[in-house]
Amino acid sequence: MNGVDFLADSLPVFWAGFRITVLLALASYAGALILGAVLAVLRISPAAPARAAGLAYVEWFRNVPLLVHLFVAILCLPKLGVRIGPFTAAFLVLAMYTAAQVCEALRSGVNAVPRGQAEAGRALGLTFGQNLRHVILPQAARTVVPPLGSVFIALVKNTAVASLIGVVDLTYQFGELARDEPGQVMTLLVAVAFGYLVMTIPAGYAVARLQRRAAVAR
Amino acid sequence: MTDPSTPLIAVEHVDKWFGSLHVLRDVNLDVRRGEVVVVVGPSGSGKSTLCRVINRIEPIDSGVIRVDGRPLPAEGRALARLRADVGMVFQQFNLFSHRSILDNVTLGPVKVRGIPREQARRRARELLARVGIADQADKMPAQLSGGQQQRAAIARALAMDPKVLLFDEPTSALDPEMINEVLDVMTTLAGDGMTMVVVTHEMGFARRAADRVVFMADGQLLEQAPPTDFFDHPRTDRARDFLSKVLTH
Ligand SMILES: Nc1ncnc2c1ncn2[C@@H]1O[C@H](COP(=O)(O)OP(=O)(O)OP(=O)(O)O)[C@@H](O)[C@H]1O
Ligand SMILES: [Mg+2]
Repeated sequence: MNGVDFLADSLPVFWAGFRITVLLALASYAGALILGAVLAVLRISPAAPARAAGLAYVEWFRNVPLLVHLFVAILCLPKLGVRIGPFTAAFLVLAMYTAAQVCEALRSGVNAVPRGQAEAGRALGLTFGQNLRHVILPQAARTVVPPLGSVFIALVKNTAVASLIGVVDLTYQFGELARDEPGQVMTLLVAVAFGYLVMTIPAGYAVARLQRRAAVAR
Repeated sequence: MTDPSTPLIAVEHVDKWFGSLHVLRDVNLDVRRGEVVVVVGPSGSGKSTLCRVINRIEPIDSGVIRVDGRPLPAEGRALARLRADVGMVFQQFNLFSHRSILDNVTLGPVKVRGIPREQARRRARELLARVGIADQADKMPAQLSGGQQQRAAIARALAMDPKVLLFDEPTSALDPEMINEVLDVMTTLAGDGMTMVVVTHEMGFARRAADRVVFMADGQLLEQAPPTDFFDHPRTDRARDFLSKVLTH
């Protein structure tokens, strides 16, 4: 069988895997953005215990490998009586892991806003939340778009670890097909790479557009 | 509560450290209603810190600070409410760079005081006219000169109807030709009876507008006197030395 026929035959399998990867990446990213925003608020809170909790979370997830978190979820949770499927486990772990990176991207954006801006807001009598909402976050938005884009791209690639715990994603299908047809591995590699690029390259363009928009809105 | 004889600001036995640096040493200072207090002293003597502890932008390590008779609350809503009554004007203006001049002036009244937006806008335009920049209302801060930005910052502070205004070297970041336009606005405010605490190196303003000059050195409040007494008869060597340096030019 030549490469083209082989690819045509494998396409439905790839497509199924691709859809799972897209779903996993988007769901995890949405979760990570929400959780990361909460963590970022903790990290810059005036209350010391909140800051400590935020810091502990971020250090834990930034310094322990993703795969370890995944094994913890898949091996330990059932022992504690929590029954979740591999997709849910991968989603939770990726969202929690990526949230630490989202948090740091947001925090560095907030830190890039000159100190005097927050001080002026406090001096006016804005509460911490009002100051964030009306003074700091609108200005931080300019600088957080590029790092949040990088976080998304890293996340898309990280979803591949889900294949190790039995999520039938793009990488999983690649592994299955390559085992059946070792002679076609180069063709398969191009196809799987294309599957990931289709997600990451548009993300890069979206970032550039958003960034231009944020720059105009100052 | 507003017994007119209680000082508007009472700083009592305040100490403040930055790490091992003792920046405020047993500072005591009362500011009466309508009084203009000018704080002078050499660089690093703690003038900015004194200004910043009054609305707790910077917390203190010991002592008490009262605004209108009430001790400063800890961080939180009560402190935010109190800060609304204590206006602050910064050396670097600190206008919100993503909002127009008009929106800078209305933010506090709308979000903190709950004043309807249209009413806040009318008041903001009046205040901008009062500081002489009515025609700049719809521009962004970066489009204004330094002197105009500082006058906008004063309008922003006034929009809260503060009981007292704190100024930390409001003209130090300005080109010389813009200093007077800001000092003129401040002199007018002082004449209108606004209670003010002003850290400045502008001795002309101190002579003209101050009711009292406070001299600080090494975190201590060494002298307090009406401007003519202070400038003509400084009592401490530190003050004499300081004045000989700043008044020679
Ligand atoms: N956030 C800070 N952390 C550590 N040290 C600080 C901080 N802010 C001020 N200091 C130090 O505290 C001392 C007093 O500072 P402050 O800014 O109050 O002086 P100042 O009288 O306003 O001086 P200047 O005339 O230069 O503005 C200085 O030695 C300064 O370096
Ligand atoms: Mg200073």
